[in-house]
Amino acid sequence: MIQAKGLTKIYGTRYALRGVDLEAEAGEILGVFGPNGAGKSTLVRILAGQAKPSSGSVTLCGHPLATEAAQARACTGVVGHLTYLYDDLTAVENLRFFARMFGLHLKEPELLERLSRVGLRGREHEPVRHFSRGMQQRLALARATLHNPRVLILDEPYTGLDRQASLFLDNLVRDFAREGGTVLLVTHDVDHGLNIATRVLLLVSGRVVDQGPADAFSAQTIVTAYETGRKVPQA
Amino acid sequence: MSYFAGIAAVYWKDVLLEFRTRQSLSTMFTFCLTIVIIFNFVFEPGSPAVLEVSPGVLWAAFTFSGLLGISRSFSFEIDRGGLQGLLLCPVERSTIYFGKVLGNATFMLLIEAVTFPIFVVFYNLPPNMNLLGLVLVFVLGTLGFVAVGTLLSAISANTKAREVLLPVLLFPVAVPVLVATVKSTGPLLRGEDLAQVASWVKLLLAFDLLFLAASSLTFEFIVEE
Repeated sequence: MIQAKGLTKIYGTRYALRGVDLEAEAGEILGVFGPNGAGKSTLVRILAGQAKPSSGSVTLCGHPLATEAAQARACTGVVGHLTYLYDDLTAVENLRFFARMFGLHLKEPELLERLSRVGLRGREHEPVRHFSRGMQQRLALARATLHNPRVLILDEPYTGLDRQASLFLDNLVRDFAREGGTVLLVTHDVDHGLNIATRVLLLVSGRVVDQGPADAFSAQTIVTAYETGRKVPQA
Repeated sequence: MSYFAGIAAVYWKDVLLEFRTRQSLSTMFTFCLTIVIIFNFVFEPGSPAVLEVSPGVLWAAFTFSGLLGISRSFSFEIDRGGLQGLLLCPVERSTIYFGKVLGNATFMLLIEAVTFPIFVVFYNLPPNMNLLGLVLVFVLGTLGFVAVGTLLSAISANTKAREVLLPVLLFPVAVPVLVATVKSTGPLLRGEDLAQVASWVKLLLAFDLLFLAASSLTFEFIVEE
């Protein structure tokens, strides 16, 4: 579902990514961990089609991003640091706009049903600027899954969420993977990420230093890998 | 999805946002009206000199006020991450550009439609003007200005000095459009036939097409890293 080969991104003379290879299959939740400046956000931006790699290739749902960008983006949902919502539009207007941009002609009841799924029914006609961070993130999830994507890319989705909203997000992610979707989850929160991921990829200074099944990692081995920049042998 | 549906969606969103906040329209109108009023005190209404300078005053008011709207069209997207959200959508990047161009042109034409009658009254212009010809020139002139302005707004919106950079980039590039519009507006205000300014109108049309085509082709490279 997600395949990246030899991804390199150079800003001026600085390497943000150096030959990153990754693969995530249907039903997997791939947790991407790394310290600040590891290249996680750059990786997400390239996978989401917001930035072009200096070299390397990305394939989403079998569509190469370089040559079949529209098809690749049509099968992908992204929730990032920013919600990508318009503060002065209401919740339902935001969803209607993004539905149109994805070529969907969803009627009002269908949009309301999407809002129900993320617990925002009853707030549909309020401007997004009146929403709390957690509510905005829920709406961002509804936006990202409007077109029933097969790949979900989440970049620090827990930022600003309270415990209840985090649990809600965890359940949504697990359900998505259980139904055959592929999730790429980037987070600073190692404990939380390890709890939900089925596979782990460690990124340090733009390089993949380790990857494997989530149960082969602990928070301690991940933090040690951050510090040393090398794979930590399992006990 | 169809190419035009993408353009329509971006246009609908921009118009809805503007009519909800009225941030661009109110500023544009105030600025445009201020220029018209200031110059009104310089020239004797109804004098021959007024007809000579009217096209220049009119287009100075239109373009400087239009600049305010154009500069906001991408800055508000970038400040709130909206542009990154648009880039996630499975549409050609140029649909975003054309949607923005249509939105900016609509706002500028609205300001022109409201300000022009006020301008006619203030400057005591003769009633026998070629109104249909003027409408054509206003639409073509606005489209050309907005076509290049929207592209440059996308470039300057990512910089710290965007308010300064946009006019510095835009006005030199838009000179052909501005010259053609001012040159064709003068005779039409005096009631002359469109055929008298046909060469300027053709030039205007050519620059509109050129700017629209070149801008839509380069837009993708500007918005993607």
